[in-house]
Amino acid sequence: MLQGLVLLFGFQFTGELLVRFLGLPVPGNVIGMALLLLSLSLGLVREESITEAGELLLKYLALFFVPAGVGVMLYFDLIAREWLPIVVGTVISTFVVMAVTGWAEQLLGGEGD
Amino acid sequence: MTELVSTPLFGVVLTLFVFWLAEKLYRRSGFILLNPVFIAICSTILILKFSRISYADYARGGDLILFLLGPSVVALALPLWQRRKQVLQRKLPILVGICAGALASIASAAGTAWLLGGSSQVVRSLVPKSVTTPIAIGISEQIGGIVPLTAALVVMTGCLGAICGPEFCRLIGIRKSTSLGLAIGTASHGIGTARILEEDRLAGAVSGLAIGLNGLATAMMVPLLWLLFGWN
Repeated sequence: MLQGLVLLFGFQFTGELLVRFLGLPVPGNVIGMALLLLSLSLGLVREESITEAGELLLKYLALFFVPAGVGVMLYFDLIAREWLPIVVGTVISTFVVMAVTGWAEQLLGGEGD
Repeated sequence: MTELVSTPLFGVVLTLFVFWLAEKLYRRSGFILLNPVFIAICSTILILKFSRISYADYARGGDLILFLLGPSVVALALPLWQRRKQVLQRKLPILVGICAGALASIASAAGTAWLLGGSSQVVRSLVPKSVTTPIAIGISEQIGGIVPLTAALVVMTGCLGAICGPEFCRLIGIRKSTSLGLAIGTASHGIGTARILEEDRLAGAVSGLAIGLNGLATAMMVPLLWLLFGWN
């Protein structure tokens, strides 16, 4: 467990470092995820060493988004001012993206599940 | 009492308690509209509004919980690694799907808002709404959107995808795990991923991958489109 936490936080930290030094347009945790994937495939990190900590965090992934969502309350005025284009634009676009992405992936044949 | 409210303990206890109740409600009812993230966010906002507790007081604790999002995103490498064979088999369709989705997202968000008379700033703020927050903020800033509005829209989009994304996808015939995961992750980033990961491990793995790839695709496409169409 402890080793897993060290690795997960360590990869996030390394990701943040890379983002700062190279000026990457991607968040440090996403770079950390890519680095962890790379380390797993190079055999530098064993899957078992992050399973326990990783699964625990993933189990509560939804919870960690709650405080970010509560922040929306600060911008109700901003949303209310032009609520129609904002709400309809968000809703329609979200469904369009799901349809286009899902269909594109599915229509491109080949093997798979 | 007021002293206690401004300690981090308050925000931590409130977030955990409300989410625990929301989870329970969702499991008991099995009703998709009662998505725990959405219900927990709405209830917390209502509680803060009614008790006249400021967001700043809440955030002292809320930020501690939010902090754990960082290592959790890193941990998304885990399901991806475990399902690597199935994901690699579909690498081309996945990449094509991401690019199509990113383009569709920019065009449909900006297009709909513009048609409905949205101001230029609002249209710009909507462009990166399907992208994970840190990337979305960067894009919004770059093209002259209202950054806090973009941050709020990202959360709204995520909740929408988590509430009815999988149902909508199945309704329109998107059934394969890889297609479903890609659609959810590309449209509704981490919040959508959190839901689909619980229901379908392979779809969750692809959804997690889509968070990063769609962020990258949108971040690269937006400046290109802006240059191409000469918007500024």
